[in-house]
Amino acid sequence: MKNAITDSLIITKRQLLQLARVPEVLIFSTIQPVMFVLLFRFVFGGSISTGQPGGYVQLLMPGIFVQTVAFTLAATASGLAEDMKKGLIDRFRSLPIARSALVVGRTLGDSLLNILVLIVMAGAGYAVGWRPTASVLSIFSAFVFLLMFGYALSWTGIYAGLAVRDARTVQNVSFLITFPMTFLSNAFAPTTGMPKALQYVAEWNPVSTMVAACRQLFGLENQFGATANSFPSQHPLTTSIFYMILIMVIFIPLSVRKYKNSSN
Amino acid sequence: MKSVIAEHLVKTYRKGEVKALDDLSLDVEEGTVLSVLGPNGAGKTTTVRILATLLKPDSGNASVAGIDVIKNPDKVRELIGLSGQYAAVDETLTGWDNLVMFGRLYHLGKTASIKRAEDLLERFSLTESARRPIKTYSGGMRRRLDLAASLIVQPRVLFLDEPTTGLDPRGRQEMWEVIQELVKGGVTLLLTTQYLEEADQLADEIAVIDHGKVIARGTSDALKKQVGGERLEITVENADIAKASEIVGRISASAIHVDIRTISAPVLTGSVALMDALRALDEAKIHPLDIGLKRPSLDDVFLSLTGHKAEEEQAKA
Repeated sequence: MKNAITDSLIITKRQLLQLARVPEVLIFSTIQPVMFVLLFRFVFGGSISTGQPGGYVQLLMPGIFVQTVAFTLAATASGLAEDMKKGLIDRFRSLPIARSALVVGRTLGDSLLNILVLIVMAGAGYAVGWRPTASVLSIFSAFVFLLMFGYALSWTGIYAGLAVRDARTVQNVSFLITFPMTFLSNAFAPTTGMPKALQYVAEWNPVSTMVAACRQLFGLENQFGATANSFPSQHPLTTSIFYMILIMVIFIPLSVRKYKNSSN
Repeated sequence: MKSVIAEHLVKTYRKGEVKALDDLSLDVEEGTVLSVLGPNGAGKTTTVRILATLLKPDSGNASVAGIDVIKNPDKVRELIGLSGQYAAVDETLTGWDNLVMFGRLYHLGKTASIKRAEDLLERFSLTESARRPIKTYSGGMRRRLDLAASLIVQPRVLFLDEPTTGLDPRGRQEMWEVIQELVKGGVTLLLTTQYLEEADQLADEIAVIDHGKVIARGTSDALKKQVGGERLEITVENADIAKASEIVGRISASAIHVDIRTISAPVLTGSVALMDALRALDEAKIHPLDIGLKRPSLDDVFLSLTGHKAEEEQAKA
């Protein structure tokens, strides 16, 4: 058990070393979300009327935080697919290390990357007028939830990477799933404008529940839609936690099994 | 003592449609080099993957250093080194980063990992490029680093899966020198290759495999003998071919083979037959353009064992 933890941390360290050796990756993975913040804030911010004191950016930031965290699963998946293809996984599997170390190490590494990206984004948000009103503890717990959500999602990335095995394909596939998921939600616009059926989908969408939970924790009253009056829109935090557990209960065993049986 | 034993290994893919291994058995004596020789798709990589605990066979048994690879894979992993067809190192990291990381994963501890990494870099002439990312390495350097990574803890048994595939002649030569050094150090080595020359150069024994089975086994010399001993090859002017064939036919041990102007004749007496042929041809006033004794190459071995050339199969695959 002690070895399993050290082994995982060595793999995590490898990922950090990769970032140090190829700093471009880190730069671009932070530029993109910052660009989203600026675009949405200044392009849509003026035309979406929210009635929210402090303006659209207050509602936008939780949405963009969740979106960014969800997008990192593509990096998890493509990184792993790349390792598979290059035969690096074979080398790891031929070493006397814990079987779980490689995948656990990677999910931890992705979480560390998420921390960094979230800090940069929070700074960018602050610069364009984002001012959470809740207590420090509540704001802090919002970020912890965001990281937990990212961690849970990274297991779907692990599974996708092991299953698809081609970095470019899996990156496209991940994007095809996460992109509509983040937009078919309350993240950027009220769900009330959608057709009734879509409103239900949007409100049960884990992205929406996470965004709503974060808005609450950042001290917002306005839930940006939620007319369908569904359970998730009234209990966003509970539903989000339920989703995270569900994702991990399904994808951790699936990924570990896939990893054990993986052989080119 | 046998360091590697594989018994009746069977492995099928796609629900039995593709038979990768079809009752394959082999073994390697401790401290020797066995080369598994065969064309692409013959089952070489599958064999190595099973022995290196990466793959489970459908049936059959295998052990490495006396330990069952199927029942006790964790123990086996502590004793083996594996270097695959693709250079399995992290390309974004430097050579130094890679070796230190693998050292840590072998639980060597930080100081020992660094020491070992530096020793190996030195030994494989990579010290100068140690701080450069692998991406910038040549094919040969990558393979050497990959090999270094499989030697972090002195392995009892080393598996090298096509260590020189894709390398240019110089890279191949360098790799051979490195492997010959290792062999002198007494490691037990199982090496797969599709290069006949490579097996000839590096191995004590050769197992020829085709369609998932060992079809012949022995030293390079023994295999060559199995195909038939020496042959006399004589090239003459077109006009002389009929007369020359008749003369050589009398000296030959069995049926000769005649091309447009080349005669190939199996002989049992080696240089004596060569002298006889020269004398007889001279008496008949025939002056050969070329004459010589040829021992069969491993290409000939493959052709006579499988009925097809190793190279042809490669082109198909």
